[in-house]
Amino acid sequence: MSWTRKLLRVNLTDGVIREEPLNMEWADQYIGQRGLATRYFVEETDPTCDPLGPDNKLIFATGPLTGTMASTGGRYSVITKGPLTGAIACSNSGGFIGAELKSAGWDMVICEGRSPNPVMLHIVDDKAELLPADDLWGKSVWDTDKLIHQKLNDPQIRIAAVGRSAEAGCLYAAVINDLHRAAGRSGVGTVMASKNLKAMAVRGTQGVSNIRDPKQFMHVTAEQKKVLADNAVTGQGLPAMGTQVLMNVINEIGALPTNNMREVQFKDANKISAEAMAEPRESDGKPNLTTNAACFGCTIACGRISTIDQGHFTVENKPEYWGNSGGLEYEAAWALGADTGVGDLDALTYANFVCNEDGFDPISFGATVAAAMELFEEGAISTEQTDGMELRFGSAEALAWCAEKVATGEGFGADLGLGSKRLCEKYGRPELSMTVKGQEFPAYDPRGVQGMGLTYATSNRGACHLRSYTVASEVLGIPEKTDPLSVDGKAGLVKAFQDATAAVDSTGLCVFTTFAWTLDNIAPQVDAACEGGWTAEKLLEAGERIWNLERDYNMRAGLTGADDNLPKRLLNDVAKTGPAEGKVAGLDEMLPEYYQLRGWTTDGQLTEETRSKFGLPA
Amino acid sequence: MLRSLNINPDKCTGCLQCEMACSFENEGVFNPAKSRIKIFTFHDEGRFVPYTCTQCDEAWCLHACPVEAIKMNKETGAMEVLDAVCVGCKVCTIACPFGTVNYNQTTGKVIKCDLCGGDPQCAAACPTEAITYVDADATGLEKMRAWASKTDNQAHAN
Repeated sequence: MSWTRKLLRVNLTDGVIREEPLNMEWADQYIGQRGLATRYFVEETDPTCDPLGPDNKLIFATGPLTGTMASTGGRYSVITKGPLTGAIACSNSGGFIGAELKSAGWDMVICEGRSPNPVMLHIVDDKAELLPADDLWGKSVWDTDKLIHQKLNDPQIRIAAVGRSAEAGCLYAAVINDLHRAAGRSGVGTVMASKNLKAMAVRGTQGVSNIRDPKQFMHVTAEQKKVLADNAVTGQGLPAMGTQVLMNVINEIGALPTNNMREVQFKDANKISAEAMAEPRESDGKPNLTTNAACFGCTIACGRISTIDQGHFTVENKPEYWGNSGGLEYEAAWALGADTGVGDLDALTYANFVCNEDGFDPISFGATVAAAMELFEEGAISTEQTDGMELRFGSAEALAWCAEKVATGEGFGADLGLGSKRLCEKYGRPELSMTVKGQEFPAYDPRGVQGMGLTYATSNRGACHLRSYTVASEVLGIPEKTDPLSVDGKAGLVKAFQDATAAVDSTGLCVFTTFAWTLDNIAPQVDAACEGGWTAEKLLEAGERIWNLERDYNMRAGLTGADDNLPKRLLNDVAKTGPAEGKVAGLDEMLPEYYQLRGWTTDGQLTEETRSKFGLPA
Repeated sequence: MLRSLNINPDKCTGCLQCEMACSFENEGVFNPAKSRIKIFTFHDEGRFVPYTCTQCDEAWCLHACPVEAIKMNKETGAMEVLDAVCVGCKVCTIACPFGTVNYNQTTGKVIKCDLCGGDPQCAAACPTEAITYVDADATGLEKMRAWASKTDNQAHAN
């Protein structure tokens, strides 16, 4: 068993912390991390609770392979009810704190209630305590990180924190760990701040030792690392170019949403691509990209470490931004760049730094800025709301200004912090919001990659690419090539990706391994580490169970099949250029088949049969 | 042929596979806190640097030990701590100029790299060849090769 078999329960209201044994019966059904934490969450919270009220809970959860030598085995997830969507939120992050928590001896931390004053959770192995954090409130994530290291006098402690955006109520605030890794989406950071929990600082010195069959585990994990190394995507593309390897590819196939999804191709895509990040700058001869970097235990190392040109207008006379930090991933580069029409790599990198510094999701932020730019150009908002800033597509100045405003929540930053849906509703143009269930789209236009339309519409946490990344099949041919412009077979493809991904997200491994691995590669690693006879079939069944459990929660929270929808722009307005020219998103042609494959009713409700098949709670 | 660990920080991604391999080999646990090799992250510079014992010939730790608990393994050239003899006085940790001998509070002994008896697991686990185990007399070979490839008489003509 590679679970530590215990969890930490932290009641923030009364400050009581206690240890509990992990429910191993649930672990056998829901694996760990995303799945197992969702099972706890569903058991313990009222689905109709206010996401930002004391009745919501916030769970930090590792998987059975977190903290082990399995490649990418360093992940953790944050599970809660999301304030952006009112649906289940589960955000996954890498970096180092997940493995540190496991090494301290904990599978999970469940935070409940609300602290009367700002606090931080300090965990050193078996010992956990709440410390006052009044001095940290009002500080950015980066300053908080620095202050905690000083205060605890421990250079090796790992920290996850929320920034000023979360304190100000930005609905897409993230939990940032290790300075620039993020449990980024759905506002999990907003929930953390609503509980007056500023940070979690963890030091683990016990390690992970309870591997079921250590010899077999070392053998099979080494074998699977070789599979990653030999694969063109995980062995070459991702380490060299990061996820940004996709920028030019997706633009060429006409699926790069541009200017709030009015267009599907961006004229300056090449200026914000991986290739551009590697080009030496004129000013100092250095490229934007300094090096690639790995999260804990990862042999892929897709992370970007970047600098901003010191002479760029965003950082002139601001030396605190001159050093290296987490650089642009594809999703961030798209949202901050193509979707806002900004082709200035340094401005995008600056906005990305600010997103990390004050803890907010660059996807939702960029897409919200894009919506604001369209509102501005349409005359629904004016310089009156924006302190004179002209919010025009393509304006790097506007992008940088918006990032600084959201960071603190001041002025128009409060409006931008509402997210695209509430912003567009507030200014009377709800149709301009490119969201599903209140969450902003990521970087693939469903008119050019049809499976992603169904992916977004049915995602349990609102529009998201990571719930079923059919781009792998439709664009990259993994595991086999399907036609991105066709809806045929996409219902089955989406379901298969959703179930498999839910399983992977519950193991402690990174979903990026699935460019090279299937569940057949993952199962022997889980099985060597854990009791339970873990086969690919058992993992897939658990994945499907997890998906249904999340869906069931959402239905009880008040969502319906009508929420499995796309904005009218994608359903009615055809793609204007590129290979998808003339296409709309064919959601209607896929959704009924998808419901049928899921065993749900025609209006998307779970049946008693499905519930009992997976043993879901009544 | 004597071999030694050769570290190339440029290739390091900071993944900590080496730390886990080290702690697993020596302590039977995946635990960076108990690793004899350490990766240092220089965040502002965007650099990751693996660091461990280089097995000095005239080892400060060996000379400082009052009970002769540190001996050279003649096969591997590693300075090894004899657990049965070590009294945990930590004088070696003070004597070592590089900080690569450390005390283990669980066992009350000091720990340092012993090259895993000639098959260092950190090098085996490193996915990028930032840590390799090479001919002790030619640790500079790969660096020389890299620079040799850049040495081009034609460059002067341009």
